[in-house]
Amino acid sequence: MSTKINSDSQTVEQDQDRQLSSPIARRSFFKYAGATAGATALVLAGCSKSDSSPGMVNVGSGDAGVLNYAYALEQLEAAFYTQVRTGAFYTGSTITAAEKSILDDLYYHEVIHRDFLKAAITAAGATPIKALTPNFANVNFGTRAGVFGTAKAFEDLGVSAYNGAGQYITSSTYLYIAGKIVSVEARHAAIIRDLNTENSFVGNDVITLTSANKATGDTNYAPAGSSLERSMTPSEVVAVANTFLADGSKLDVSGIK
Amino acid sequence: MNFFQIISEIEKVDPEVYDRLDSRRSIFKNMAGLGQKLSAAALPLAVGAIFNKVYAQTPVGAGVNDVLNFALKLEYLESYFYNAATNVTGLSAVNQAALALIRTDEANHVTFLRGVLAGNAITAPATTGVFDFTAGGRFNPTDATTYLALAQSLEDTGVRAYKGAAPLVMSNKTVLTAALNIHSVEARHASQLRAMRRAGNTSSTPSQGVAVAPYSGLTGAPKSWISGTDGGGVIPTASAVRGFSTAGIYGAGNQTNAPANITFAAEDNVSQGGVTLSATTLTATAGFPAAAYSEAFDEGLDVGTVAAIANNFSITGTYFN
Repeated sequence: MSTKINSDSQTVEQDQDRQLSSPIARRSFFKYAGATAGATALVLAGCSKSDSSPGMVNVGSGDAGVLNYAYALEQLEAAFYTQVRTGAFYTGSTITAAEKSILDDLYYHEVIHRDFLKAAITAAGATPIKALTPNFANVNFGTRAGVFGTAKAFEDLGVSAYNGAGQYITSSTYLYIAGKIVSVEARHAAIIRDLNTENSFVGNDVITLTSANKATGDTNYAPAGSSLERSMTPSEVVAVANTFLADGSKLDVSGIK
Repeated sequence: MNFFQIISEIEKVDPEVYDRLDSRRSIFKNMAGLGQKLSAAALPLAVGAIFNKVYAQTPVGAGVNDVLNFALKLEYLESYFYNAATNVTGLSAVNQAALALIRTDEANHVTFLRGVLAGNAITAPATTGVFDFTAGGRFNPTDATTYLALAQSLEDTGVRAYKGAAPLVMSNKTVLTAALNIHSVEARHASQLRAMRRAGNTSSTPSQGVAVAPYSGLTGAPKSWISGTDGGGVIPTASAVRGFSTAGIYGAGNQTNAPANITFAAEDNVSQGGVTLSATTLTATAGFPAAAYSEAFDEGLDVGTVAAIANNFSITGTYFN
């Protein structure tokens, strides 16, 4: 804690400090950390590695950290599409040939992405994170809306994640690889969104059509009316991704900076 | 998250941080009550908002300007192309609406890039006399089939262009992020146009088209992603239309002066990060269709090759040089 705070703000600072650092009962902490879909998982940005919460998967730092972060998201997508293929919508009679073909391709692509990234991390001399356990308890694999609604969430999340992670990559080699993957995720996102609602391949929820993304000065900033993808920080992304990951598999991306 | 640790860290590199910020008292007044009002996940955003107002955006360097102006030229090409969509007959209302959305995006990209470049932006090209979407009389771009085929070609080219250029701007984090955020939108467009071609000009359910191999040709029904080289795209062979071919859009680029470790491979490339992707190297992919390995990755293209492709639509043949 800084010692340069001057005395007239000392009282406020003490109150604030107490709010931010007051101990939380262990049971309550795990309740927050294990939040189900709809609740926001705790974010540990700004903490050193030693502040990592028990049971979370720390992706590490540097380029290896970013690759592991990407590997984690691809694990989640691959697991999702794998489970889609055994679900009642995919195996049922209402799915169309076009829909099946698309879901098949998305499964193939995400498994390829996942296993390629694992190999790339190893080749980089780093250690891949473990195999994550997803939590799809709130996903309905039996309905068209459940499958395509969740697919849309994952694909849009993946695009904004890769785009928001680019700034943390120091090697042009890895940046280029990330670029080669993200445009495929965007192609995925567009058709999946259309399968939800025709012509929703772009929309203000994912690009800055009618409202800005972030604030001026933020590297992810884009003004309203610029039609840029709404890129997200690793912290923001895992706040969503962690709602689909089981306890013990939730991600800690505090090392990416 | 430790807000005070962050201030301490910043103070190590900027001892005057406190002087730059709002008075210390008002910072803490702004921060008071945060524990109650904001979720922990929002806390980093609040911190970012306070500090980001303070530091001016990194000014754009000379090399980066060149890249941005090249991107701007491509956006003008696309923007003017989509302005002409209203002349196209034989499209469903749903498809015309999709083109209107893309048109808005490209016009927005022009505006945005001009904003980033500010006084360093090129002069806007005239709306007539610079671009020729007939490519020298080869095409009738008011024909729906031709128009969508050209649109897909332009978008696929744009995706490859932004991807190849990203490493060139990575020294400027803000410009890099913006470039990535335009790149993915062009990929969304490309995906949509492929869907529209797949389902047919007059379809009202473009998401429901079925891809049919080979994916090439003006009347082809491609996937939303590039499969192999897509057979060379909408006009695979140069002899078909007086020397113009789209094969170059899906082929290898020019490696001369390429940044280190950046290979402008053809779209059927399956070697990624030094690993040849197959069921042997990625054992969980046993049984996957061979095409999946190339579909899963798009490839970048060098500026020179992109310029050569785009110059097909330049009346002088040199606008993109």
